[in-house]
Amino acid sequence: MTYITKPRLHHPTLTANKVGYTRRDYEGRISTLCAGCGHDSISAAIIQACWELDIAPHRVAKLSGIGCSSKTPDYFLGASHGFNTVHGRMPSALTGANLANRDLLYLGVSGDGDSASIGLGQFANAMRRGVRMAYIVENNGVYGLTKGQFSATADRGSKSKKGVINSDSPIDLVGIALQLGATYVARSFSGDKEQLVPLIKGAMEHGGAAFIDIISPCVTFNNHSGSTKSYDYVREHNEAVSRIDFISSRDEITAMYAPGEVVEVQQHDGSMLRLRKLRADYDPTDRYGAMSYMQAHQARGEIVTGLLYVDPVATDLHTSLNTSDHALNAMGVAQLCPGSKALDIINRALR
Amino acid sequence: MQRTDVTNPAYFHKVVDCQWACPAHTPVPEYIRLIAQGRYSDAYMINWTSNVFPGILGRTCDRPCEPACRRGRVEENNGAAPEPVAICRLKRVAADMKDDVSKRMPSLSPKNGKRVVCIGAGPASLTVARDLAPLGYDVTVFDGEAKAGGFIRTQIPRFRLPESVIDEETGYILDLGVTFKSRQRVDSMNALLAENYDAVFVGCGAPRGRDLDLPGRKDAAANIHIGIDWLASVSFGHITKIGQRVIVLGGGNTAMDCCRSSRRLGGDEVKVIVRSGFEEMKASPWEKEDAMHEGIPIINYHVPKTFMHEGGKLTGMTFEIAKAVYDDKGRRSLVATGKPDVLIECDDVLVAVGQENSFPWIERDCGIEFDKWGLPTLGKETHQSTVPNVFFGGDAAFGPKNIITAVAHGHEAAVSIDRFLHGEDIHQRPDPMTNLMSQKMGIHEWSYDNDTSNDLRFKVPWAKAEMALASIKVEVELGFDVATAIKEAGRCLNCDVQTVFTDTACIECDACVDICPMDCITFTANGEEADVRQHLQAPSNNLDQALYVSGELKTGRIMAKDEDVCLHCGLCAERCPTGAWDMQKFLLNTTKAGPSCRNGAQVKDHEEVAA
Repeated sequence: MTYITKPRLHHPTLTANKVGYTRRDYEGRISTLCAGCGHDSISAAIIQACWELDIAPHRVAKLSGIGCSSKTPDYFLGASHGFNTVHGRMPSALTGANLANRDLLYLGVSGDGDSASIGLGQFANAMRRGVRMAYIVENNGVYGLTKGQFSATADRGSKSKKGVINSDSPIDLVGIALQLGATYVARSFSGDKEQLVPLIKGAMEHGGAAFIDIISPCVTFNNHSGSTKSYDYVREHNEAVSRIDFISSRDEITAMYAPGEVVEVQQHDGSMLRLRKLRADYDPTDRYGAMSYMQAHQARGEIVTGLLYVDPVATDLHTSLNTSDHALNAMGVAQLCPGSKALDIINRALR
Repeated sequence: MQRTDVTNPAYFHKVVDCQWACPAHTPVPEYIRLIAQGRYSDAYMINWTSNVFPGILGRTCDRPCEPACRRGRVEENNGAAPEPVAICRLKRVAADMKDDVSKRMPSLSPKNGKRVVCIGAGPASLTVARDLAPLGYDVTVFDGEAKAGGFIRTQIPRFRLPESVIDEETGYILDLGVTFKSRQRVDSMNALLAENYDAVFVGCGAPRGRDLDLPGRKDAAANIHIGIDWLASVSFGHITKIGQRVIVLGGGNTAMDCCRSSRRLGGDEVKVIVRSGFEEMKASPWEKEDAMHEGIPIINYHVPKTFMHEGGKLTGMTFEIAKAVYDDKGRRSLVATGKPDVLIECDDVLVAVGQENSFPWIERDCGIEFDKWGLPTLGKETHQSTVPNVFFGGDAAFGPKNIITAVAHGHEAAVSIDRFLHGEDIHQRPDPMTNLMSQKMGIHEWSYDNDTSNDLRFKVPWAKAEMALASIKVEVELGFDVATAIKEAGRCLNCDVQTVFTDTACIECDACVDICPMDCITFTANGEEADVRQHLQAPSNNLDQALYVSGELKTGRIMAKDEDVCLHCGLCAERCPTGAWDMQKFLLNTTKAGPSCRNGAQVKDHEEVAA
């Protein structure tokens, strides 16, 4: 951690985006995490993504649970709405917020402890229901706040800093998300912003439940040899399936690619995901193909990264519940509380 | 790109923009930190060692350091107009607030039997004397005036530089056992050489003011004065009045001193008139501002044509109106606009259109060669003339410059003389003395104040205009008070505390990239410099500033840091988990005359040197 605040001075060429903010305006307070923590890079990637998307900071709600990862919303988007929930309960708090105000962009920030242990049920049900959100797990495989015990995502056979071998099977959050119906599933690495920033942009503009598992090395407790979540290990075993360019609906599409090399996926709002395939045999719109591809590579010890699956015509919870088109705070008292006569009509219909 | 060689002293020196720009390479951030700590005497002595005249320069320096100051670049587009740290005025703070420093002056070594003579008692000669006298040299300084200082004393008006400051700082030098022969103008180099001094240093300045030979010049001579001569007469009290309407011709700092002096000697309507455009004037921007602040208009694009007079009494001047025309190479020429000439009435004219070197006292048969511009043929670094034991410095060497350049010349000439009289090759110049030391005190504590100040430049308070203009002797600028000085010192970015990168320790976690407020750091593929500059976090368009490049890292990339707008806030080092970044203070002192500038030889006998 650092005593001084980050100087206000910025590079002379720093530019403002379409909503009038510079990248620095999307920052939060200075991080109190350990120096070199992967989570700080993820915060920087979120800042970059929101700036590039021209998002007005007050249109974002960032929710998190408990843990090193869940502290990070303090370190980005200082001008956005934020809510630190109970441990593991971010998905249900976010679901409620989303149902009440569908006009905000929801960013759920969690960790492997928060989502794969105490909050596994919450995570699974949010994916299953299709809550429209960008669900980011900052996955380092250890409980950093309690001195580095294995978490539920630690690979079997990996070694702790003290030298203990992990004998439990890991929970694969990407596999669960795919299985339970998430419509945008990706994996990335905190040390690769070129890949990570477009993935976050795609997730934030996605029309349904978007999940990104980001491997984020814990420099203090899980960056040694024998770890499968260290900077070196991830770099050596990273198998990217594609490079993604995110093209917002407002941008003109300029670059041209040879046919077959590129898959273009138009999202519900008109924005475009352009995937430059790095694996010829990989089809990112095939859910079952994605699951088996990933498991086959995982068995070989490879970490498959990139946009693994996307459903371009995703729907979300609001659609399936047929809720109002407007946020509750945009409605008047008469609409929100129509009175006993309206209740009588409903009750009569159910008799 | 090749891995940056930070063991080359020039690399980190260049990062310290102010020190690099200073002709005498004063370690600026070092003394500014001391001022912030209230250690004024220590700050003064750092200056004294480097630039010899901190009190004088703190009021009058041409301050090449300030346009170079990084602060002026990092404030760009951050709100108000960018301004450098007030380095020059902080120097004055050190001089104003110091305690008695006489005990800190160098102790004198036993005499070594060598006699060195300096011609002129200006800043170059006095620097030579300061550097050589404590080493045991028998130094004699000749000057035509009663007191030492040269142009410092005669040209700079008292309202900018009180005489007491000159007395004090020339006194420190003359007290080092220097023999000062005042009121003794040397009028023959041959006679001087016949006296068998071991070395001769010529620091006689560029004492002749250029004249303007225009129609009417001779007829109206009584009211037309050469600027530098007039300033000297004012300085000595020979002139105490000037006409009510005054025209000052010329756009340099001498013209600014002339017009402001005229304002104080009865000139109510003083005008500065220049041939060129306002922007191209040679005067420092702040000196122009100071003149205009005193109600003196600067009229540009007026080319002097005639001096008008009635029966030998000057009545005015006529000017041709010119405009600037640029050719396709961007070179400017002044052409007449064809508009009718302008008559400006006046009672006196001060001609301040430049100075020339003049060596009437050096016989052309004495062996000292001169070039076609009348300047001595010299070694650029050695300052040695074609007579091996005669050296030149200051304005006398390469033409008129300024005090700080003269001081730098003095240091170099003193090194040459010292090596020469020890029988060593003077073309071999001593390396600077450098020190690089980590400033880490704890996990996130540094021994310097790394919290960047957001203050804008503080203004130096002025004496009230009616008081300042009432007398030629009232100092206009009052200097910073302690509280303001400390705040202004806090604006310094500590550019000498270097970001030092150890590539073997780096794990490429991006923490430094993410935290850097100025987007200085990038991990990228290697390539040609022009190419690498295109792929950085932020545009890298200032090609004068280096890229700090690491060797190849584990991923095959390199770390490239653009030095241009680094705040030296140390956050990269604080956020680095492996200590690959460290903040290390780089202290560079140029090597002065003395044992450290030599290869170890002892003083040689006169005969040996001569042979």
